[in-house]
Amino acid sequence: MATLTIRNARKSFGAVEVLKGVTLAAEDGEFIALVGPSGCGKSTLLNMIAGLERITSGEIYIGDWLVNAVPPKDRDIAMVFQSYALYPTMTVRENITFGMESRRVPKREQDAAVDRVATFLKIEQLLKRKPGQLSGGQRQRVAMGRALVRDPSLFLFDEPLSNLDAKLRIEMRTEIKKLHRQLGRTTVYVTHDQVEAMTLASRIAVMYRGELQQFDKPAQVYSRPANLFVAGFMGSPAMNFLPGTVENRGVRLQDGTLLNKPAPNGASKKVIVGIRPEHIHRASAETLARHPDATRVAAMVEVVEPTGAETIVIMRLGETEITGRFPADMAPEGEESVELAFDINQACIFDPATEQLL
Amino acid sequence: MVDAVFADDPAARAAQRAYFVNRVVIYGLLGVFSLIYLLPLAVVIMNSFRPLPEIAEYGLINIPRQIHFSAWADAWGTYCINGACEGMKRNFMNSLYMTIPATIISTILGALNGYILSKWRFRGSEVLFTCMLLGVFIPGQLALLPWAFLLGQLGLNNSIAGLVLVHVIQGISFTTLFCRNFYVSIPDDLIKAARIDGAGFWRIFRKIVLPISPPILIVTVIWQFTGIWNEFLFGVVLTSGKQQPITAALVALAASETNVRNFDVMSAGVLIGAVPPLLVYFFGGKYFVRGLTQGAVK
Repeated sequence: MATLTIRNARKSFGAVEVLKGVTLAAEDGEFIALVGPSGCGKSTLLNMIAGLERITSGEIYIGDWLVNAVPPKDRDIAMVFQSYALYPTMTVRENITFGMESRRVPKREQDAAVDRVATFLKIEQLLKRKPGQLSGGQRQRVAMGRALVRDPSLFLFDEPLSNLDAKLRIEMRTEIKKLHRQLGRTTVYVTHDQVEAMTLASRIAVMYRGELQQFDKPAQVYSRPANLFVAGFMGSPAMNFLPGTVENRGVRLQDGTLLNKPAPNGASKKVIVGIRPEHIHRASAETLARHPDATRVAAMVEVVEPTGAETIVIMRLGETEITGRFPADMAPEGEESVELAFDINQACIFDPATEQLL
Repeated sequence: MVDAVFADDPAARAAQRAYFVNRVVIYGLLGVFSLIYLLPLAVVIMNSFRPLPEIAEYGLINIPRQIHFSAWADAWGTYCINGACEGMKRNFMNSLYMTIPATIISTILGALNGYILSKWRFRGSEVLFTCMLLGVFIPGQLALLPWAFLLGQLGLNNSIAGLVLVHVIQGISFTTLFCRNFYVSIPDDLIKAARIDGAGFWRIFRKIVLPISPPILIVTVIWQFTGIWNEFLFGVVLTSGKQQPITAALVALAASETNVRNFDVMSAGVLIGAVPPLLVYFFGGKYFVRGLTQGAVK
């Protein structure tokens, strides 16, 4: 059981600074997702927490313990790798017991621990096999088993699901969530998949270019993104960004539409309005009744992409392309003019110069 | 009756005939080339079993009319080389005493170097590796005089131990190159996982890296064994007489001051000298080809 505190962590490889002072803290038992595009420094940060990468400056605490100079094996952590990193010449049992062997845990304790983990993950029948004889999902389980058997105070996951096919990935996602609920261990989970981050984490740390962009609860990150990057990165399809000008009664978009949303204090003349695809509705008596503040906007349909339950529609609004997400029965059929209702209360307004949320 | 259907189709029959002709040409050519390559070996093998008068009468290249084994016994145990009539058995053993330790030591060092240079990189490790690579391109003759001097200083001149040292050092470039390039393909995550599991430098090497290594170790051992066994220059320059390896003794045998050229004994001697590398290839050749191409296709 432990908290994790990172203070102003920096990492440079030669002249290249890949982490530019990251500060974040995880409470005991929390599930933190580090998310960001590749090259944002999230894996480096995880490696630094694990002790696999030296920290250039700053501090990392596990509990009250400053671990900057502590080697990985003494940090009381366990890690699951993207490639699973199973030892290819050892059986599943040997893979799981390797760490205990290194630590000279008595044989009887080892057997008990293997039994416990194998039953827990339902891999009892695989113990005598080699990793090469396992399917992707089974390898994933064994990799988790190797981490679980340590019963560490901190779990680290480095994109553990990205090598699995879509269906298995969703299954394992649920299992990781269950696992975390049962064990209640502090967990840091690196992923580039924002859906994984949203579904698993108690708090999400969004990183970009070596800097922490936002660190907050998933719902907050989604509905009140701190800046344009977070707004564009979280959510699929991505948030629509519409440039506009501030007027007395609201924000005027480039095509002339006036959104009756008063610009927040501190807004300069120009702003960017961010609105998520699901907050764009077909204008009908029903939707207008449900969203009385909605602004009616006319747009031209360009592409219709049905995905089953809902349909993604790409439309043109003056110069800008916007994406809407409609229930299948509400979707336009093809290229036609549609009248939309922007649920403007849900929109975010950004400063185009600083890119920050206003 | 798929065959019958094709047999009725003239185009299919023509294609089949073209394929057949193709095969005949290919295998015919391959056969001719392997014959050309194997013919000298066949001549040597036959001559080692032909009595000397027969060789004199019917010429060097001819089939044996009668078989005798005395040339082999002579070459092994009694033939006079450099004035000592003990045959080649001592030199054969010298070569074994030289080749086996030198092969084992240089392979172990190469594996360790490769492991460090690929998995425990440090500031300047790439430069170090480049320097070691130079050893692959620098011809051994260049090091001949320095070696003679150094062995003298160490008190190892004219000794098998000295030759072992020379071959270990001369071989490190190659063994390091082989092993390093193989180990580069081992995912770094494996090493990271082991470090978190509490394994250190040696435990990771013994328990994780070495068990994956047989393909490259076999390549290295074959390469080193045949290379060191067949090496002549260092052997002939740095040792003399009873300390010489078999390659040097073979040349001495061919140059023995007798009036008659003992082609039968020479042939047997050459073959005795060629047996160990042949055996090594015979048992490891399959892995050799496999190991050399490993990592190339991924």
